[in-house]
Amino acid sequence: MAEFKLPANSIVKKNGKQFAAPAGATNTRRFKVYRYNPDSGENPRVDSFDVDMDNCGPMVLDAIIKIKSEMDSTLTFRRSCREGICGSCAMNIDGTNGLACTTAIADIEGDISIYPLPHQPIIKDLVSDLTNFYAQYASIEPWLKSDTPAPPDRERLQSPEDREMIDGAYECILCACCSTSCPSYWWNPDRYLGPAALLASYRWLVDSRDDATGERLDDLEDPFKLYRCHTIMNCAQVCPKGLNPAKAIAETKKMLVKRRL
Amino acid sequence: MAWNDTRPLSPHLQHYKLPFTALLSVAHRATGIVNSLAIVLLVLLIASAAGTPESHGFMSGIATSWFGKLVLFGFTLTLYYHMANGIRHLFWDVGRGFDVEVAKKSGKVCLVAAGVLSVITWLVALAA
Repeated sequence: MAEFKLPANSIVKKNGKQFAAPAGATNTRRFKVYRYNPDSGENPRVDSFDVDMDNCGPMVLDAIIKIKSEMDSTLTFRRSCREGICGSCAMNIDGTNGLACTTAIADIEGDISIYPLPHQPIIKDLVSDLTNFYAQYASIEPWLKSDTPAPPDRERLQSPEDREMIDGAYECILCACCSTSCPSYWWNPDRYLGPAALLASYRWLVDSRDDATGERLDDLEDPFKLYRCHTIMNCAQVCPKGLNPAKAIAETKKMLVKRRL
Repeated sequence: MAWNDTRPLSPHLQHYKLPFTALLSVAHRATGIVNSLAIVLLVLLIASAAGTPESHGFMSGIATSWFGKLVLFGFTLTLYYHMANGIRHLFWDVGRGFDVEVAKKSGKVCLVAAGVLSVITWLVALAA
């Protein structure tokens, strides 16, 4: 049964700290950042940082790095490539999921709220525990399964048409924006695989070189793993790579119907 | 989901800005629940007609009062919305209409269709 309320230890307290902009700053934006310190034993809170925008890069990640460098070095978050390909800086920005490095500060009106990915166990500040998410990805066995050995002298070839089938499915960077935006995934994170794992599954289902289509579909034929998708469409709207997991899930459902006919 | 330490759960429904398509999805679930309750009222109405003239007069008196009509108009809206959005789901089931912009448009069509069909139904019903 879905649990709509936060547990008592997770309710965000209002007693956050205020960090003022340096004296003389005229162009500032306020960042309201979710903070949780596992060593304090206190509930999470929201700290407020007034950032000098005349001396800051254009992206949300630039502002967060500036906060860590100049205002509060204890702020904890993941980031690496700063160009939208590693997926590390996925977080909830202005109430919606996205990558901090590809989200422009100028596109957000008013105060900028920065929260961790929704409905995840929090390790510290913006760092959530994605163990379950990765385990679900592993559970769809994301590798090529072929009944025949690869040719000794070259790659397994595909026609251009067959290769096109995996366009829109192979580009996923596993940032978890989609799965953690999905209310169905919030209510059944342990039983519903979520959009990211199902998109990855579809990538192998439609790969002409893969011979395990039947076994893969058998594994998904379950009341929860696949069918908790109710086409809410949050996944397609938050994907920083512009992919559409909802469409891939619908195509997977169609494959399950087709093989019964 | 439970885990065996004191780590907090990050805010979800409390903080997430649900997009238009998600609100329509919630509305589909809500109207489905309302429709099932409305069926009980319909059964009461029919059962009262099968009873005595007094029982039928009592129930039809409630149904034709201004408040009864308001409630029935509400049920007309939820019924048509649930039906229109159900047809939208049928398109999705055959793999059509997944583009985000198309999904937003089809959602607006469902809302408008629910309103227009309800008004037409009531104009016809009140004219009869």
